[in-house]
Amino acid sequence: MIEMQDVYKTYPNGVIALNGISVRIKQGEFVYVVGPSGAGKSTFIKMMYREEKPTSGKIMINGVNLANIKDSKVPLLRRNIGIVFQDFKLLPKLTVYENVAFALEVIEESPKNIRKRVMEVLDLVRLKHKARFYPDELSGGEQQRVSIARSIVNNPSIVIADEPTGNLDPDTSWEIMDIFERINDRGTTIVMATHNREIVNTIRKRVIAIERGKIARDEVKGEYGYET
Amino acid sequence: MKLNTLRRHFRESLKSLGRNGWMTFASISAVTVTLLLVGVFLVIMLNIQHITKQIERDVEIRVHVDLSATEADKDALRAKLEALSGVEKVTYSSKDEELQKLIESFGEDGKSFRLFEQDNPLSDVFIVKAKNPLDTEKIAKQIEPLPSVGKVKYGKGQIEKLFAATKTIRNVGLALIIGLLFTAMFLISNTIKITIFARRREIEIMRLVGATNGFIRWPFFLEGLWLGIFGSIIPIAIVLSAYSYVFDLLYPKLKDTFFQLLPFYPFAWQLAAVLVLLGACIGMWGSMMSVRRFLKV
Repeated sequence: MIEMQDVYKTYPNGVIALNGISVRIKQGEFVYVVGPSGAGKSTFIKMMYREEKPTSGKIMINGVNLANIKDSKVPLLRRNIGIVFQDFKLLPKLTVYENVAFALEVIEESPKNIRKRVMEVLDLVRLKHKARFYPDELSGGEQQRVSIARSIVNNPSIVIADEPTGNLDPDTSWEIMDIFERINDRGTTIVMATHNREIVNTIRKRVIAIERGKIARDEVKGEYGYET
Repeated sequence: MKLNTLRRHFRESLKSLGRNGWMTFASISAVTVTLLLVGVFLVIMLNIQHITKQIERDVEIRVHVDLSATEADKDALRAKLEALSGVEKVTYSSKDEELQKLIESFGEDGKSFRLFEQDNPLSDVFIVKAKNPLDTEKIAKQIEPLPSVGKVKYGKGQIEKLFAATKTIRNVGLALIIGLLFTAMFLISNTIKITIFARRREIEIMRLVGATNGFIRWPFFLEGLWLGIFGSIIPIAIVLSAYSYVFDLLYPKLKDTFFQLLPFYPFAWQLAAVLVLLGACIGMWGSMMSVRRFLKV
């Protein structure tokens, strides 16, 4: 469960990124965040994993107010949130298996559990057969699937994706969406910022549109609503 | 922390040393040069301290008893000397004993002093030792006005000069050592900074998947430790072998003088331990300084 109340964010250089945002996202929801570039989408997303702190307002994630938690508690918060980026953020010198296992190693999971969990999620993203490959031996879509696998390997209740299909061709994007839907089916909340009109208009989900730092639209089974 | 995690940190830190070969080499060299100089200064300073201690131990006040003093006067004087604060020991040496010592100190030539055995011109002497050699002058001043006291002799001026000299040497050495340690630390912190920069993507991902700052810091911490410890090996080898050589060379010549050098053992082990420890400390501190700035913690 994600809840924001009157969240404002002004960057030190004076740019107002969020100008009073209040929103509730229930556990298990699938939400698109849309809006023009520079409207505050990225800041909105970054608030949820506390890459940015709000200037004022409350951000509750699973009952914890992110505006109040200490820096030292941020790692614990992130263990309950999976994050997927447009540029995958994989480590080139590690294999697919190692990249996914990395997320469990740094939280000091036992080697036995690591093996089990990594193979499970690689199966889920259908990359079990490429576990020993290096990222640059994979296609863009496959790389994004590795990064999705990494984001869900520690069973987070929320997955946040910042334009996960931004670098991918249309066919591959559908594959990625298929995986997100399957993760969502297991009860994981998905918050996805996107510019992909076709996806938003085809796989109908809740749409939150952010313009000039405010929520301009919030529709169940909404549309993309912008010209591309 | 789990054993597996520790093993992982060790592996990562050693890998990083290899990846940044030249910077590693530069940092280790800096530590080597620093510790070499520090080691040489330490050897010199500790030996000077040792010699000073021995000289201090030999500092004594010779109280010549007035020739007219009776046995009762001497006893009274002895009691007064022993009562002075800061006095450790008072020994009596009669004029006959004094003459004997004088004859002995001249060896063969001393025989000519035998003539004086019939009519001894020396006076009886009380030898007063201060608890703290630095109080010698103060005590001597107190003794001078006492009754039945003839002359009071002690190494006036020389002691002070000696103390002043050792103090200067110590301060200069210390200042140099501190300066050198700082230089090495900054070099190490720069090396670590470069390794952090090379691994910033890895760190970014670690932070995203919920690694604690402590976890992220460990490999860098260990890397600094290695730089310091590896850097101390050559200085230890050089300083100790050089000291062993100098010691063997000087020992026979200095045998009968005040100037006794510190014996090789256990000094060698102590020095080696100090140098390793210093290396480890500057390594760790250097790495902590740069990691802190990078992780914004």
